[in-house]
Amino acid sequence: MKPPPFRYVRADTLEEALAALAAEGEDAKVLAGGQSLVPALNMRLVRPGALVDVNRVGGLDAVTRRNGSLAVGATVRQADARLLAHPLLAQALPHVGHVVTRNRGTVCGSVAHADPAAELPLCLVLLDGTVRARSERGGREVRAPQFFLSHFTTALEPGELVVETVWPLPEDGAGAGFCEVAQRRGDYALCMAGALVRGDDLRVVVGSVVDRPTQLDVDPERPGESAASQVEPWGNTHASAGYLKELVRVVVDRAVAQARQRAAA
Amino acid sequence: MTEIAVTVNGRVYREAVEPRLLLSDFLRGRLGLTGTHVGCEHGVCGACTIRFDGVAARSCLLLAVQADGAEIVTVEGLARNGALTPLQEAFRSHHALQCGFCTPGILMAAEDLLSRAAPPTRDEIVDLLSGHLCRCTGYTPIVDAIAEIARA
Repeated sequence: MKPPPFRYVRADTLEEALAALAAEGEDAKVLAGGQSLVPALNMRLVRPGALVDVNRVGGLDAVTRRNGSLAVGATVRQADARLLAHPLLAQALPHVGHVVTRNRGTVCGSVAHADPAAELPLCLVLLDGTVRARSERGGREVRAPQFFLSHFTTALEPGELVVETVWPLPEDGAGAGFCEVAQRRGDYALCMAGALVRGDDLRVVVGSVVDRPTQLDVDPERPGESAASQVEPWGNTHASAGYLKELVRVVVDRAVAQARQRAAA
Repeated sequence: MTEIAVTVNGRVYREAVEPRLLLSDFLRGRLGLTGTHVGCEHGVCGACTIRFDGVAARSCLLLAVQADGAEIVTVEGLARNGALTPLQEAFRSHHALQCGFCTPGILMAAEDLLSRAAPPTRDEIVDLLSGHLCRCTGYTPIVDAIAEIARA
């Protein structure tokens, strides 16, 4: 349970971080909060040649309201009270790990890590948010539904750093809902769903039971049932496939009910 | 090897460390501060929790090199001249520890929670403890001990 050897590069500026990522290429991993990366190192599930530590890079710790969205910089921690200005983040963040891991874990790091059972990627897809990446070649923006490709796999290229994630705020009259079932508080979700309601529009995204946050076209009259009919969860040691399918029905119905309630309020 | 200077419980240490050395192993093995316990080494059990620049953090999920310039408090930094802190006294009076393995991490996390502007509610204390595994006393006396200080 000790990390394998790696080179350690402490970047103090964005330019230094991007130069280090360019130099190390595919062999590099970005170290931000480290709440997923360091466990993976300790268990030797990953053996990167180099870690590029971005914690001291200036200018990446902003939370900014911009064009109806909340823009969150790369080193903003999940415990940051400024995030609570976003109603969906305020609902989902208490489920992200524990108080102490949220003190270090970053919002952008969770997005870049792309664990299919993580709450923040699901929220970003539900909101149709954006990932802003930078490399020495320049910057680009990737919409969340195109960013998450599969388990722990994203559209990020070697040399790229997520500098900001952009979280659209629900418009007036819209409502967001989030529901998950986990074995214990703070554990990864066995199953989770988010819903966004605006007038007759209903958007539903499910997670944990799929390889990436997945938007489903659901029947607004019976959202849970129709969502459950569209996914084929694989069972695991904690829950059978049949039980997980039943959880999809439950969490989708609860998330939709919550979103409708908030839209009406 | 990388040179770091780190303040632990008010004392400055200058040490050369390998990048892959975990902060928990640095505190225990290099500095001899074995009050910080190591349980799961993947951030789940909470036993290694310390305060890092004032904020509660898992020392098994930090590298010693990241602590360069940081101010760290471990459980050894709580009592002064043998006098326990009010929280430690509350743990004693509520029988909130038995084997004591989880206790240092819980104390450090609770000290952080109690230092916030608003005193924590009982629900917030329970939520905090979801990140700390205790296998002997049961959680009720631990919640009671922290709640007593929150009310004070």
